[in-house]
Amino acid sequence: MFDWVHISLPPAQALFGQLLIGLINGSFYAILSLGLAIIFGLLNIINFTHGAQYMLGAFCAWFLLNVLGIGYWPALILAPIAVGITGIVIEQLFLKRIAGLDHLYGLLLTFGLALIIEGLFREQYGSSGQPYVIPPELQGVRNIGFMFLPYYRAWVIVASLGVCLATWFVIEKTRLGAYLRAATENPVLVQTFGINVPRLVTLTYGGGVALAALAGVLAAPIYQVRPQMGSDIIVVVFAVVVIGGMGSILGAIVSGFALGLIEGMTKVFYPEASNTVIFVIMALVLLVKPAGLFGRAA
Amino acid sequence: MTRRLGAAATFAAAVMLLGTAHAQIAKDTIKIGVLADMSSLYADLGGPGSVEAAKMAVEDFGGSVGGKKIEVVSGDHQNKPDVGASIARQWFDQNGVDMITDLTTSSVALAVQEVAREKNKVILITGAASSDLTGKACAPTSVHWMYDTVALANGTGAAVVKAGGDTWFFITADYAFGHALERDSSEVVQANGGKVLGSVKVPLNTADFSSFLLQAQSSKAKIIGLANAGGDTINSIKQAAEFGIVAGGQKLAGLLVFVTDVHSLGLNTARGLQLTEGFYWDQDDQTRTWSKKFFDRMKKEPTMVQAGVYSAVTHYLNAIKSANSIDGPAVIKQLKSGPINDFAVRSGKIQDDGSLVHDMYLFEVKKPEESKGEWDLYKQISTIPGAQAFKRPKGNECPAVKG
Repeated sequence: MFDWVHISLPPAQALFGQLLIGLINGSFYAILSLGLAIIFGLLNIINFTHGAQYMLGAFCAWFLLNVLGIGYWPALILAPIAVGITGIVIEQLFLKRIAGLDHLYGLLLTFGLALIIEGLFREQYGSSGQPYVIPPELQGVRNIGFMFLPYYRAWVIVASLGVCLATWFVIEKTRLGAYLRAATENPVLVQTFGINVPRLVTLTYGGGVALAALAGVLAAPIYQVRPQMGSDIIVVVFAVVVIGGMGSILGAIVSGFALGLIEGMTKVFYPEASNTVIFVIMALVLLVKPAGLFGRAA
Repeated sequence: MTRRLGAAATFAAAVMLLGTAHAQIAKDTIKIGVLADMSSLYADLGGPGSVEAAKMAVEDFGGSVGGKKIEVVSGDHQNKPDVGASIARQWFDQNGVDMITDLTTSSVALAVQEVAREKNKVILITGAASSDLTGKACAPTSVHWMYDTVALANGTGAAVVKAGGDTWFFITADYAFGHALERDSSEVVQANGGKVLGSVKVPLNTADFSSFLLQAQSSKAKIIGLANAGGDTINSIKQAAEFGIVAGGQKLAGLLVFVTDVHSLGLNTARGLQLTEGFYWDQDDQTRTWSKKFFDRMKKEPTMVQAGVYSAVTHYLNAIKSANSIDGPAVIKQLKSGPINDFAVRSGKIQDDGSLVHDMYLFEVKKPEESKGEWDLYKQISTIPGAQAFKRPKGNECPAVKG
């Protein structure tokens, strides 16, 4: 009956290898959905430009290396700052004006911006992509028994876990994070306490965008730096955020890694469905828990 | 006042109706449509470059044939068969398009071929690869111009097996093209004494191949056959290098690789890759002269798809002139009646099933130290004569021709 599903059970070794790869992909989902969740949580904007900003981060790293001769490690800091600044410009020029309006306006505006940015880059650079070399310190593979693990991919997991935990810590455990969370709930009241809420909002958008750009720099050595890299991944990331619960920081991180793992498993057992499994899960989650797994019902 | 307004409105309506009716009476423009992937993973190997190549062909032909002006229109099928078919239908029915070319992406080409069959219009396919276009789905007014999966299998596939690569694992793009390429390559591998150990089907436009490469690694096959193209091939090769696949003793066989892919990968990663193409910009003086004109416009060297569009449009216009007709079957008859020989297609002849049999070439990607320029990427290993390249095994023939 199910002969269209070819379940060929791989040896346990190969399975662990696939789990690890799923975790690596999940790292990108986690960082990107974290940025989205922060921006939605505070600005109530569905930031469709996130994918384009991820792409800008990768292109910035490529530009820094190939035009200015600045390597990978400085690019990890410089690219997010540069793209974060463009994010702040976008926030000041466009997003401020639609604050308080229906979500749909933010979605359309950011979607339009994403199309423009992607179109401009495709016009300039074509669609095959630019090569970006893995930094020499991280080149090479290590045979860890059940698979050959490239050092760079191991670094991706470590870096993204670090960034995600650091961001979660700042938001949940520090005073700055407390202001942020308070401003989400009641900006007027927080303003009366003397906290500059508009500036907080602007910096938060810049921070979320910087996270996307950081993911882009991490991705540049392993995926080709292409204009479409953002639109390819953003739809999946939105599904991850919806599953985790819009606005929930922990939800975004956990769902990101978990869904990376699930996608990885699908690639082993039924690879043809690996594109769609996350959306199937999203549909199921929405049926059972519309606010998302970690979300609080509005 | 109202009466004058009414009269003016009626007049305007009449003029507008007259305008639309005019398009359906005698045509005074020959329209050529370039339907390609303009924005996604195949945009660099065809895309805007193909549109430019078509315009160059029209200009070099003189801009008109038989007193009628020639116009080039273009469209983006986004690699979706339904979008491609509906653009083709609209072009043929409402916009007076006479011929469609490029048609990169086999699933789109197959869908458009059905529309062309229904309307008896000419399509000259330079981009798509599946041999089904001249096999079980063959159509009388369609020509498969530059290459197909059979030629790729007979070229790269045979060369790799004969050099010792006798066990294969395929990473296949999960749609018409990938399936056809895997099928045709498997047959060549087995015919030459090799074995196919397994395959994995990957959705089109995948960014991360690590999971599939891992499966290929654990199969222990000597050769990992990449039955994909464009952005997918680039990602597969790049990530294979990252996972130490080649260092671990396995080899990659890029079954469909374009010069734009190699340029994007860089010679360090792509060195030594063997591939089969029908045209390369630096083969001889003829190819270099034409490619320089293309480069001046596009700032990139042409791929075989784009050179194929120029070749196809030129021969199409010549056929209209000789046959003194734009009727589909008449033009096809004219095209099939003689040899096809130009800078891009050598010793070519269109067969009854619509495939243009011509010389193909086996190339190898140069090492970085062998290359003297940004686009100096290939060295030619051998010429594969048309009859050998396009020889297809039984079971894949056009039903109308098999008889």
